[in-house]
Amino acid sequence: MTWLANPLRDKRDKRLPRIAGPSSLVIFGVTGDLARKKLMPAVYDLANRGLLPPGFSLVGFARREWATQDFSRQVHDAVKEHARTPFSEATWRQLSEGIRFVPGDFSDDDAFDELERTVRKLDEQQGTGGNHAFYLSIPPSFFDVVCKQLARSGLAEPENEDQWRRVVIEKPFGHNLQSARELNAVVEDIFPADSIFRIDHYLGKETVQNIMALRFANQLFEPTWNAHYVDHVQITMAEDIGIGGRAGYYDGIGAARDVIQNHLLQLLALVAMEEPVSFDPSDLRAEKEKVLSAVRLPADLTKHTARGQYAAGWAGGTPVRGYLEEDGIAPDSRTETYAAVRLDIDTRRWAGVPFYLRTGKRLGRRVTEVAVVFKRAPHLPFESTATEELGENALVIRVQPDEGVTIRFGSKVPGTAMEVRDVTMDFGYGYSFTEESPEAYERLILDVLLGDPPLFPRHEEVELSWKILDPIEEFWAENGTPEQYASGGWGPKSADEMLARDGRHWRIP
Amino acid sequence: MIIDLPKTTSSDVGKRLIDLREKHGAVTLGRVLTLALITDEDNAESAIASANHASHEHPCRIIAVIKGTSRGSARLDAQIRVGGDAGASEVIVLRTFGPLTAHPVSVVVPLLLPDAPLVAWWPAEAPEVPAEDPVGALAQRRITDAAACKRPSAALTDRAHGYRPGDTDLAWTRLTLWRALLAAALDQPPHEDVTSVRVVGGSENPSADLLAGWLSMTLRCPVTRTKATGVDGMLSVRLDRPSGPIVIERPDEDVAVLSTPDRVDRKVALPRRSAGECLAEELRRLDPDEVYGDVLLHGLELQRETGKTTRTKVKAKR
Repeated sequence: MTWLANPLRDKRDKRLPRIAGPSSLVIFGVTGDLARKKLMPAVYDLANRGLLPPGFSLVGFARREWATQDFSRQVHDAVKEHARTPFSEATWRQLSEGIRFVPGDFSDDDAFDELERTVRKLDEQQGTGGNHAFYLSIPPSFFDVVCKQLARSGLAEPENEDQWRRVVIEKPFGHNLQSARELNAVVEDIFPADSIFRIDHYLGKETVQNIMALRFANQLFEPTWNAHYVDHVQITMAEDIGIGGRAGYYDGIGAARDVIQNHLLQLLALVAMEEPVSFDPSDLRAEKEKVLSAVRLPADLTKHTARGQYAAGWAGGTPVRGYLEEDGIAPDSRTETYAAVRLDIDTRRWAGVPFYLRTGKRLGRRVTEVAVVFKRAPHLPFESTATEELGENALVIRVQPDEGVTIRFGSKVPGTAMEVRDVTMDFGYGYSFTEESPEAYERLILDVLLGDPPLFPRHEEVELSWKILDPIEEFWAENGTPEQYASGGWGPKSADEMLARDGRHWRIP
Repeated sequence: MIIDLPKTTSSDVGKRLIDLREKHGAVTLGRVLTLALITDEDNAESAIASANHASHEHPCRIIAVIKGTSRGSARLDAQIRVGGDAGASEVIVLRTFGPLTAHPVSVVVPLLLPDAPLVAWWPAEAPEVPAEDPVGALAQRRITDAAACKRPSAALTDRAHGYRPGDTDLAWTRLTLWRALLAAALDQPPHEDVTSVRVVGGSENPSADLLAGWLSMTLRCPVTRTKATGVDGMLSVRLDRPSGPIVIERPDEDVAVLSTPDRVDRKVALPRRSAGECLAEELRRLDPDEVYGDVLLHGLELQRETGKTTRTKVKAKR
């Protein structure tokens, strides 16, 4: 890389940030929620932090009769409303000079030719140097046509080796192994593997990286991080909202494909993997792929999987509709809004330690966490009455909200009698470090522009996770319907029974 | 909440803090460092405001030691600020009078957070050798600000003479975005050697001196430091290469223009950062800044030996 040759770069110079080289970001689907609430504010925040290159350009593409000024106003409003850093007129003025809009349909050849001209003009006017990232914030069914259009109009190919073209795609990466392969074939047909950035915004969260710091920078935790001490692991991602207006996307996909396949299996990989040789992307991927390939499904899927659909009821003080009554959902839909599975990992480290994964909509509150639950002490030198209220020790990594780590252990209750009860010790990221840690998308967009892929899953990982999920989905498709569960609670009874069978219970996160 | 404790001692202040924590849940847990700022009454409030700003990124206990008149009898007036009046920190303001003004360390030590690093900050005038100052000697990191001193250039020379690992200066912090832009510009092809450099900034601007020093040290080529009258900040940097120069120029206070050969001029927001923002950057790392040390000890000298210093007049634009 050029990086080593640059005399101004010094490893010891830790305060020098990396600024992306001359480049532009072309967003397809700029009218969507994600673009408005996350992408545009993230671009602005990066600019405000001085991390975007001089002349950085932002191009919007959508089926709207907008001129560039209209789009610019949209970005302005989105930034004012959602940006993390304070609004600065100077930053905005500078950013807005590089904003362009191209109206058109994905099937419209003329529109893509216009896009090509726009981008080329930016190279001249803004000095973007032929480096362009294409962010496909659109449903996967359009990837095919957009990629082909990019290839046809000559946008996908860099003109010389100093230039780059990258494509960014969002989950879901297919809906099963076969479709994931097809989707991948479409994109890889046009872009080389190292130019494809699959964004899983959970992996941009500081806490996910903190899992690696917690595990591999400390002496305290790793010695207990194995089957000798760990009883089981619970990975939860709960949402308090329903599907809202996403019926078209959600129905037929369901909770397992939407969340378990990507977020929860990635979290599992990070928690369970062996220590990578280095944090190089390839070394990290090697470990994640190893552990994912060692995942074993339960022998009896009836006993160790559970699914449900939220029923009408009250959640957080307001009456809510059930899934089957949502607009755009067929009354006989079998799509699950809650999914729980038990997975085992066939390695020496994890033999006999089940990993329970669960996710659902309309649950008690919005929370994502990884709970490592430890075995009980082999011998308790107390009267049995003294430890009645003592639970299992646990280490909980909270991914969101209120990122941090909680450790639960027993402590003596003050008083003359010996009585031990659970207490918690809490570390909040926000208390010890920064109230202003960068948004996940800032980090990810910057990594795309720098061409830095360690946080992005490769296609092999995507394939491995579908291999884990596909048999479960097939089993569900053939057997029964999801169980109804009360909105605002913690999921269906069958999920509780699934853990009760193993003599365990779900934590209340 | 602001609590005044006139004519008090540090241990009483400490007791009051524990009391506050038990009664009101104003917690010190999770604070990652103690920031001691040592100053006089004139600079005190603006320095505390900057420290509060930085505390949003680094929750800390701020101890502001303000030197009052050294005449009269020894006295300590304290003030505790927590909650809305203190950002994400707790602020302890200690006003020393009489003979006590010569012993600030005695009031600071009882109030340090346990097992947490101490950062000392002199917002304006600083001791000649910060590391040998009694408070500085306790600190992992000592922050000074040459630009805020009465004679900035002389202050910078003092820093070089009194440098110990762990010292930094906000004049160096203010350069980070400039340095990042220059480094990013050289990341791009063609990867040619820089043959000469010109740094233009205010005549009494220590940041420009440090930048010139850094560039002569890293690029190993003659660096001209041009002292411009009519501005006080950084004005421009020019790196000459065989294929043409790279120039970053900031004619006003907000937006800079980057020009490279064969490419259109590009604008970038490069605002002057507030003391609070610079302090927050400074607190991000608590290990010695070795690059700053090298620039101070070798770079400045190298620039004076191999380069030259010129003067020019700049008309203030806008």
